[in-house]
Amino acid sequence: MRKLSLSPTSKPIKSKKPPLDWVGKGFLLLLTIAVAYILIKNLIDDPSLFIQIILSGLQLGFVYALIALGYTMVYGIVKLINFAHGDVFMVGAFTSFYAVTRFNLHLWPMSVFPNMPRSLVEVIGSITVILLSMLVCTVLAITIERVAYKPLRDAPRIAALITAIGISFFLEFFGALNFVYSPRFIPYERPFEVVAWYIKDGVHLLKPGVEAPAGSITFSNIFIIIVAASILVQIFLQFLVHRTKIGIAMRATSFDKPTARLMGINVDGIISFTFAIGAAFAGLGGVLYAIAYSSIWTQLGILPGLKAFVAAVLGGIGSIPGAFVGALIMGQAEAMTMGYISTPMRDAVAFTILIIVLLIRPTGLFGEPEKEKA
Amino acid sequence: MGIEFILGSLVKIGALLGYLYGLLWAMGHSKKWVKIVGVIVAFGIVQLALTKFGDFQLLNNFDQGLLFQACTMTMVALGLNLIYGFNGQFSLGQWGFYGIGAYCAADITFRWTNGDARGLFVVGLGTIFAGLAIWGIGKFLKRLRGIPVLSAFTFYIIGVVVAGALAILIGNLINPLLSPLLGTISEPGVLNSKVAIQVVFFFAVVFAGVFAAEVSFLFGLPVLTLGSDYFGIATLGFTIVVNTLMVNSDTILPFPEMKGGRGMIGIPKLTTWFWAFFFMVLVIIILRNLIRSSTGRAIMSVREDETAAKAMGIDVANNKLLSFVIGSFFAGVGGAVYAHYIGFLSPGTFDFLVGFNPLIIVVFGGLGSMTGTIAASFGWIFFLEGLLRVLLSQMGTEAPTWRYVLYPITLLMLMLIRPQGLLGTVEWGFLKAEKYGFGKKNGPKPTTDAPVVNS
Repeated sequence: MRKLSLSPTSKPIKSKKPPLDWVGKGFLLLLTIAVAYILIKNLIDDPSLFIQIILSGLQLGFVYALIALGYTMVYGIVKLINFAHGDVFMVGAFTSFYAVTRFNLHLWPMSVFPNMPRSLVEVIGSITVILLSMLVCTVLAITIERVAYKPLRDAPRIAALITAIGISFFLEFFGALNFVYSPRFIPYERPFEVVAWYIKDGVHLLKPGVEAPAGSITFSNIFIIIVAASILVQIFLQFLVHRTKIGIAMRATSFDKPTARLMGINVDGIISFTFAIGAAFAGLGGVLYAIAYSSIWTQLGILPGLKAFVAAVLGGIGSIPGAFVGALIMGQAEAMTMGYISTPMRDAVAFTILIIVLLIRPTGLFGEPEKEKA
Repeated sequence: MGIEFILGSLVKIGALLGYLYGLLWAMGHSKKWVKIVGVIVAFGIVQLALTKFGDFQLLNNFDQGLLFQACTMTMVALGLNLIYGFNGQFSLGQWGFYGIGAYCAADITFRWTNGDARGLFVVGLGTIFAGLAIWGIGKFLKRLRGIPVLSAFTFYIIGVVVAGALAILIGNLINPLLSPLLGTISEPGVLNSKVAIQVVFFFAVVFAGVFAAEVSFLFGLPVLTLGSDYFGIATLGFTIVVNTLMVNSDTILPFPEMKGGRGMIGIPKLTTWFWAFFFMVLVIIILRNLIRSSTGRAIMSVREDETAAKAMGIDVANNKLLSFVIGSFFAGVGGAVYAHYIGFLSPGTFDFLVGFNPLIIVVFGGLGSMTGTIAASFGWIFFLEGLLRVLLSQMGTEAPTWRYVLYPITLLMLMLIRPQGLLGTVEWGFLKAEKYGFGKKNGPKPTTDAPVVNS
């Protein structure tokens, strides 16, 4: 008699392959081939333009990465799409605008130490402005969390989502009132000068008002700052989440809230801390975005916020490296669309990529398979 | 412009709620003649109020505009209530389908009045062929159990593209035969007479709704397999993409008459109170009969618990798709009626920020309450669009912004104080669930041969 064996070494039940699986795969393959063909053709046609587009995509992607972190961490812990996150990003940009234009905060070292060299003043002043924006965003996010989300923690998830949409609307349109900011686009005064270089037979300084020669690749100091800041934040968060006590508490809270509470973790405090961290980096992203694109308005945060969320989903929501990779993919896709198809279609491509990736891998690129409903 | 205006508006809102209650009561009456007479009377009262007797007119043009807007908003919000309230799929794409319906119907009648029959025939035949193709492919795919969504989607896309190409071919063949009969806008032909254009309008509205439904089918097939939050974001993306395409309808899309971001002008103003009322009542009847059928109960069971519904033998994916398609159909019909009332379409109307309005209405009225949605749509339009616009216009140019500052505060208060909506799950008259029980006309008869339980 054959022995009935339930050990894992026994043969798994053979699952039947779904019929006509090749049709969908072939469809995707055709799409991939078409995209690859367009990209390679353009790369061969004009390599310097191609690299330039990649650089602008990187700049966009690293800004998205800063916003996406907040989305992915908050969603990982409270399972809430924090719609207001994009508007926190906007508030960061506006705080720095006020600090620079109205209060000249970026020049404060000059008034204290008049003999300080100008470049050092700019560096210290800009860092102060960024820190101030991060602080304001943190306070704002904690306030929102305490006032709007905390009373709804046990309500259906959708109530919290609608509240988030409400908060988002409030921030956008309250900011658009004339006595607060303005409903119009405002030119943004940078705390430091943007210096650009071009690469053609070596690196040269690009003088303001001068066109770069054809076939060269330009990049600016703000590009370097964005990339550096974004990577530093990544490293910091990896350290925070995996090496510190509060990181362990965050992971425990995201895994199982009631049990975490039983283990003596201050769950509410951890949730507030998560909101605060995410908002601080959104504020940083807001300042850098405003410096890079030098024009702000109160609905600035909506589309970058949505795309950052899409990036977080793309990388697997709840995963910090996933958000980073997703944001870079999103930035590249957008830049390529703007460069080679048409500028208005940039939003369409972002959401199309989201749908396709979720169909192939429902958990995103780095996501872990979801737990079964208990 | 003062206290009398406010009081008058409040009286109007009260009268409206009473009117709606009466309408729904009459529609739900058990005697057939009461139903018919009630609906006709309800139609006639407003028609009389809108008619001019010399200098006297009870409801002026402003009120009339609000009334039509409320009717279209009711259709859109009822569609969203079916998707979100009854089926539990958090959708932000309703506004996109509304826009698709509006532009589609506007294009049909605009081309027709300008002597181009292709609009009606390409869209009409296209939707019919595409519907047949979808039906046929669905029959074929049903035999292959467990086919991946992506493969099914590929088949449907191929079918719809073939159907569309066929429709364009036939439309181009028919057009030269008909265009002499259509005349031009200065010299209308036989087919542009007052009666004929009404018929064309009816078909335009229906085809626009079906077009929106078919788009929602193709979009919903892959996207509904995602989780609820992801589905919300994807549908929000859909609204944004539709809006982008509207802004570029004359550059990316080949429709020069839509004029892109400048807005489409010259749409014939064909919506009368009859059509607005007719389509609204139609939508209410379709929705109510759907919800109170076994399909409706299946749709609601998906909202309550997907796993349990699956265990009961309910096809969860099909029911999600069905409610999404029907809800989008309602949105498309609403958009078509709106386009012919306002006579001018601009992409700004279909911006995704405005698109949160139906969601807010559905939440206000109560998820899964048809009465609540209808009352909230009317109240919303009359209170916020009418009263608040007039009141706030005294505050200067900032009025629209103030409105959007006040909405979210109200929403927040509602969420914190009464998260189930103002009316909860209360239903009026016609929309009530039928009371099954002994002695009722349609209820099950008491069984005499009850099984004897052996103990």
